[in-house]
Amino acid sequence: MNITQLTLTETIEALKRKEFPEEDLNKAYLERIKDLNPKLNAYLEIVESKKGIPAAIKDVISTRGIKTTASSKILENYIPPYNGTVINKLLEQGASIIGKTNHDEFAMGSSNENSAYGVVKNPWNISKVPGGSSGGSAAAVAADLCVFALGSDTGGSIRQPASLCGVVGFKPTYGTVSRYGLIAMASSLDQIGPMTKSVEDAALVMEWISGPDGYDANMSSEKFKVKNEKLQSGIRGLKIGVPSEYFEEGLDPKVKQVIQDAIKKLEELGAEIVEVSLPHSQYAVAVYYILMSSEVSSNLARFDGIRYGKGRDQFGAEAKRRIMLGTYSLSSGYWDDYYAQAAKVRTLVKQDFEKAYQKVDVIIGPVSPTVAWDFGAKLDDPLAMYLSDIYTIPANLTGIPGISLPCGFVDDLPVGLHILGKFGDDMTVLQTAYAYEQATDWRKEKPKL
Amino acid sequence: MTYEPVIGLEVHVELSTKSKMFCRCSADYFGKEPNTHTCPVCLGLPGALPYINEQAIDDCIKIGLALNCTISEKSLFERKNYFYPDLPKGYQISQYRWPLCVGGKITLDSGEIIRINRAHQEEDTGKLTHKGKDTLIDFNRSGVPLVEIVTEPDFTDVEQIRDYAKKLQQLFRYLGVSNADMERGDMRLEANVSVRPEGQKELPSYRVELKNINSFRFMVAAVEYEIKRQTEALEKGEKLSQETRGWDEDKRQTYLQRSKEEAHDYRYFPEPDLPELILDQKKIEQIKKSLPELPWDKSNRYKELNIRVEDAVRVAESIELSQFFDDALKHGKKHGVKPQDIANYIVNKKPDIEKVLPTQIIEDIKDKKVGVIDNNEQLEVLAKQAIEENKKSAEDFKAGKENAIQALIGGVMRLSSGKADAGKVKEILTKLLLEIKN
Repeated sequence: MNITQLTLTETIEALKRKEFPEEDLNKAYLERIKDLNPKLNAYLEIVESKKGIPAAIKDVISTRGIKTTASSKILENYIPPYNGTVINKLLEQGASIIGKTNHDEFAMGSSNENSAYGVVKNPWNISKVPGGSSGGSAAAVAADLCVFALGSDTGGSIRQPASLCGVVGFKPTYGTVSRYGLIAMASSLDQIGPMTKSVEDAALVMEWISGPDGYDANMSSEKFKVKNEKLQSGIRGLKIGVPSEYFEEGLDPKVKQVIQDAIKKLEELGAEIVEVSLPHSQYAVAVYYILMSSEVSSNLARFDGIRYGKGRDQFGAEAKRRIMLGTYSLSSGYWDDYYAQAAKVRTLVKQDFEKAYQKVDVIIGPVSPTVAWDFGAKLDDPLAMYLSDIYTIPANLTGIPGISLPCGFVDDLPVGLHILGKFGDDMTVLQTAYAYEQATDWRKEKPKL
Repeated sequence: MTYEPVIGLEVHVELSTKSKMFCRCSADYFGKEPNTHTCPVCLGLPGALPYINEQAIDDCIKIGLALNCTISEKSLFERKNYFYPDLPKGYQISQYRWPLCVGGKITLDSGEIIRINRAHQEEDTGKLTHKGKDTLIDFNRSGVPLVEIVTEPDFTDVEQIRDYAKKLQQLFRYLGVSNADMERGDMRLEANVSVRPEGQKELPSYRVELKNINSFRFMVAAVEYEIKRQTEALEKGEKLSQETRGWDEDKRQTYLQRSKEEAHDYRYFPEPDLPELILDQKKIEQIKKSLPELPWDKSNRYKELNIRVEDAVRVAESIELSQFFDDALKHGKKHGVKPQDIANYIVNKKPDIEKVLPTQIIEDIKDKKVGVIDNNEQLEVLAKQAIEENKKSAEDFKAGKENAIQALIGGVMRLSSGKADAGKVKEILTKLLLEIKN
């Protein structure tokens, strides 16, 4: 048996049956990390854990006593004195932190090229980007360098790298998982979520990390509960919406074909496919870049050079760009035209989804317009980079849950299927994803390393 | 041309809640070892989030209601962005476009009305100490709840400012929301001062903010200085502009801190880490019902009992004293003791209300009543003697120090073994002193 290929659920079962002790589990992963991390650069910090179920944590989540850099030079030597809520919840469930994963600086980016500590390589092809910003977590899961990982998603930062690395990535409904301890990028959009080897694993990790904590004031009062019967109940009669706006120009035809095949599969499984319209989607990226950068400009103000040992000149180019954009849109004289206007359009985007969800249970489409691209391909064209998040951003603007799960390959690179749910209905998203996953074999494909 | 001042005030008051505004740290920071009342939240560590202290919100609503404000059923916290070493997040969580309490008023002793623009909730900053070349930061105060009360530009002189500040201080103590100790910085004042030609209705095109002046006395001096400086400048035909000024106590003058060009753009926007603050009428009504009788309502009630205005104000000074007075009134009524006599007793004898029972002073008054001296001739003899024995106070009074008469009243009381009618004594003394003056 290859220990590191087991899913979280399988690992728990194996430990229960005492097929191997936790020491061997940790050792197997640590050996694999030592072997492969120099090639992939998925981990920034490795913890020599001996017990527990090894989890990889995006380095933007605060871990007590373990360096937390947000992939930025500015926090190069920062060792937090406290754990984020999700960390405490994981430790209570018997997980251990095996390492902190690389990502775009302060979670800003779609290719991992904005990390101050070098790029993460895509395990399927190391000349390609892993996606971002949670590229390290996605690569670590894809390359079996952890049992599961945590990422954070502000505009697609869990789902897009999951798609590009061929793993499961779930962004919960805003307010389901506490953000306490997550170094903020854009507070009204950020959400922590699992990156896993299976949909079942994602559901389990969600159960572990969700629920109000008395620290994040924006949380809903209910805890997410996995109902296995519901997860496995299939999708017969489920209404699945396909937004025409997600299949227009800009979507790679080969990716489009893979997604359409997946839709056909879902229909075969008994779902009813319904066309829906999300007319304000075209404004989502613009709205996002105003609201997100406004919040960024304020959230990054605390790194003022007085504490943490580094000055603001240590911010990377993308962080600086967003600080400037945000400062501009919040400035007196510009507020009405930018921030206030964007906030209004955000409401329109929300209303689009509310309207669509009167007709359907979930909405389906691509996660990313393309598969993983070459390093440097979009680096000097920020706008092209921003547009790669066109399908994922609306879920953050509206707070709804969304998942990416493997649904095929284009040019030997993974394609992710995007399933979006109603606000608060994370369960139906997982249920749909589970049905598709069980009916296909994509999850069994592994990168050759 | 004569000019009149136009002054608006901003008062910051620190609430004496158990914990800080957005975290669980103790808000009782004064005199504590630096950086011992801190946590990731009030240190602004990466990833930490604010969580609203409901008690502080209730206290802010109390202040708003007491100042006749409308309480917003929906209000928002916002971020006020600026860099300063005592501000660990790089922004202060405050309110701007959607404050909790809006549009109130307060009546001064003179009968003039000061309109309240708003009372909103925010958090305090850390504290800087400069030692030689070094600056030390103490974050114990960081995140302590603050309420800011902003008036309309309704003040025209420093007497009004004095009365307003005194009234607010008294109110905060009555409501039990703050110690409102100015020396300790529990309560701080900022003034916006400008002047305009008398009769002009529009506000001046500029205003000077007096900021970072941490003593009430200095603030009054700074306002007086500014009125003079601005009036003189306008008389000379100079143009005044928007600026922030501080107070130099050594030179006894204000100095420029920030000109219009250097003014901050705070880039306010809704605090995305906090939900909207939604209050239902039921809760607001509940808080309204829990309010104590306010000092001015108390003294008005006393005035209706034919108690002299200044005595009515004195016995309503603190909630404890007025409670004592109310108990004494109740008891006095049973025994036919006049409210003014009880007020006299409390004002003159200053009984220790923690040790003496209200019933006891009624007994006292009844006993003494037999021997009260209210014969004018007799009192005049005693008054003349008191003036003779305390010429200094008599001179002071004549020179305009009105308070000096208290010492002379004390003298008469002593000479009469406490049996003189204090009200009459004051009348007679005033008459005598003014006669001598003329």
